[in-house]
Amino acid sequence: MANMNMVQALNSAMDIMLERDPRVVVLGEDIGYFGGVFRCTDGLQRKYGEHRVLDTPIAEGGIVAAAIGMGVNGLKPVAEIQFADYIYPAFDQIVSELARLRYRTAGEFSAPVTIRTPCGGGIRGGQTHSQSPEGVFTHVCGIKVVMPSNPYDAKGLLISSIEDEDPVVFFEPKRLYNGPFDGDPHKPAVPWSTHPKGAVPDGYYKVPLSKAEVVRPGKDVTVLAYGTMVHVAEAAVRLAQVDAEIVDVRALAPLDTDTLCSSVCKTGRCVIVHEATRFSGFGAELAATVQEECFWHLEAPIARVTGWDTPYPHAFEWEYFPGPARIAAALTRVMEDR
Amino acid sequence: MAQRSRLHVPHPPARPGDRPDFSYVSLSPAGAVPRPDARAPAREVENLGRELVRVLDEEGRAVGSWNPHLDPEELQVALRHMLLTRLLDERMQRMQRQGRISFYMKSTGEEAVSVAQGMALQPGDMLFPSYRNQGLFIVRGLSLVDLMCQCLSNTRDMCRGRQMPIMYHWGAGNIFSISGNLATQFPQAVGWAMAAALKGEDHIAAAWIGEGASAEADFHHGMTFAAVYQAPVILNIVNNQWAISTFQGFAGGERRNFAEYGPGYGIPGIRVDGNDFLAVYGVTRWAAERARQSGGPTLIEHVTYRAGAHSTSDDPTRYRPKEEGASWPLGDPIARLKQHLIGLGEWSDERHAALEKQLEAHVLACWKEAAGFGTLTEGPTLDPATMFEDVFHEMPPHLVRQREELKHLAAAQPAKGSEEEKSLERHSPAVAKEG
Repeated sequence: MANMNMVQALNSAMDIMLERDPRVVVLGEDIGYFGGVFRCTDGLQRKYGEHRVLDTPIAEGGIVAAAIGMGVNGLKPVAEIQFADYIYPAFDQIVSELARLRYRTAGEFSAPVTIRTPCGGGIRGGQTHSQSPEGVFTHVCGIKVVMPSNPYDAKGLLISSIEDEDPVVFFEPKRLYNGPFDGDPHKPAVPWSTHPKGAVPDGYYKVPLSKAEVVRPGKDVTVLAYGTMVHVAEAAVRLAQVDAEIVDVRALAPLDTDTLCSSVCKTGRCVIVHEATRFSGFGAELAATVQEECFWHLEAPIARVTGWDTPYPHAFEWEYFPGPARIAAALTRVMEDR
Repeated sequence: MAQRSRLHVPHPPARPGDRPDFSYVSLSPAGAVPRPDARAPAREVENLGRELVRVLDEEGRAVGSWNPHLDPEELQVALRHMLLTRLLDERMQRMQRQGRISFYMKSTGEEAVSVAQGMALQPGDMLFPSYRNQGLFIVRGLSLVDLMCQCLSNTRDMCRGRQMPIMYHWGAGNIFSISGNLATQFPQAVGWAMAAALKGEDHIAAAWIGEGASAEADFHHGMTFAAVYQAPVILNIVNNQWAISTFQGFAGGERRNFAEYGPGYGIPGIRVDGNDFLAVYGVTRWAAERARQSGGPTLIEHVTYRAGAHSTSDDPTRYRPKEEGASWPLGDPIARLKQHLIGLGEWSDERHAALEKQLEAHVLACWKEAAGFGTLTEGPTLDPATMFEDVFHEMPPHLVRQREELKHLAAAQPAKGSEEEKSLERHSPAVAKEG
């Protein structure tokens, strides 16, 4: 067991998988000699050589396409897209090829590619370094989509993703790389060593790709959140002083409907939180699922707290970010509804 | 011969601790490459991609047929623009280090590319810059205060707080919006040029991309469309050797020059000394003349060196020798033009020092004026409710509702203080990519 931040946990997952499985290769822009702009692959090329940890040209479409070809030829590629905001040149390869290869060849061909990509705001990145496009990918059949909220899950989920036979898009909330951020930029940064989920086993372990986790039990209202928003939701619950049950959705597709809905059926109320824009966001899928499964248990309309439906503005990062105050207001509102 | 295939991984000639080695940069003597007719068929000028067009020789004399023969007064203006670009960069880098702006990207060492091309083109020509082309804005006359206010995301910011620093645009000056995404503007410039040709206009377009970003599919889309429609466009690859930590070999530069992409598409490709103001100017004039006479597109590779870090988030000492810049064989563009002017008897060290002092004072005065419109740490600030504007031409009802919700929330909360901004700065590892 060691204290790790999320960068170290992800690095450890790739290190272990490169060690355990000779088919694993890691590729991406600046990830080899340099170790990645966020340092997630630091030291891996030195340890495993430049044939297993590959720097690539600046061509996201090329990175994913090459990863597909490698996957078809028996490797297990772990591709990094430097920022989720830069994934779109690879969109055709992901949607039309990676996601459907197994289906269209009736199982004869498939590519077990993992695509890691940092997402989310809070670092003054403006509209091209802050997006949360998970909903764009959950809408595509044939790829799994996950977003961890802490180092322990990050490592266990990444190992599961690399071992999985299906392609996985693995979103890393970059604001959480160095500590559990609760949505209040006034406070000094808190390191992961202060958080129980910063304790990470040194060796191999897995967190399943299809299981949500109740991170705070409660009886009044269920909060469905993932990534950075899990920690922001915890702060909001303290602020609103409600006995909320917080579920870290973690696996977005396929979705752990049982864990989510049994919580809502128990509490009778539901607040959904994500940083991404609201309209057609992943929260819409969560709300629809909860409505279908829990309608007769609901005491109040389902509430969504999300980023506004605008690009992420550089100057108004914290007005845009769905912080604790907005979530707390929603919690108070659903508790008032009778 | 090996009997089986082996994956080749490109290696830069030198890493930290190694002796810098630029022997891979092939040079032609100044004046050695003849200037063909601007309407020459692409097939007949393929040598231009293999050689290196240079005008300024080692002594700073202008030699050969690419010399644009500019008046000394024009050369003095050019020197002033390049020096102003460099001093602006230095000031803004310092302001980022002080936490007054969130991010910055210098163009140090590459000033000749933007300044020479900006001056060689006509004001009505449309420019599609990348993020290291601030010199274009300076040549076209946008005030430093406007550039600074954009970096400050303040009340006079042309982007109204919506973009990271350096993502300028200037409609009135015919300069398109800089995108944080790479290569996207390259095929757009071709489309603009196609429209100009379609409408029978005289203006041409020009676009810039880094050698690293030439690996993106958008580069190749741009080349294909430009070739197919013979669009009046100048397509520039600024080969500054480094894309963040990735050297030019990773963009395919190991076995051919970037200019040599041109002939493959049926487009003339010219490789030019990017630190030679006169050569860049001469080559741009050639390409512009060709484009204006229905001769179609030209690809220009500017051979230069990124003398600074990729951005304020980058530390190049991790991946290249510290002293590499000092051994760059093509020198410094400002020093070279200065030497040329002194050789002509039209400049002196004293005049240069006086100009530098005057421009430094100008930059400082502009900064003070710009900061008066707000900084990251001090007001005034824009109204956050403006973030909902310009998503659409007319604001749809759901955004009107969200704007009202934000106003209610703001009314219920204390105003944000400087502590927040200090905290922001600590959490600011924003990194943009390099082309």
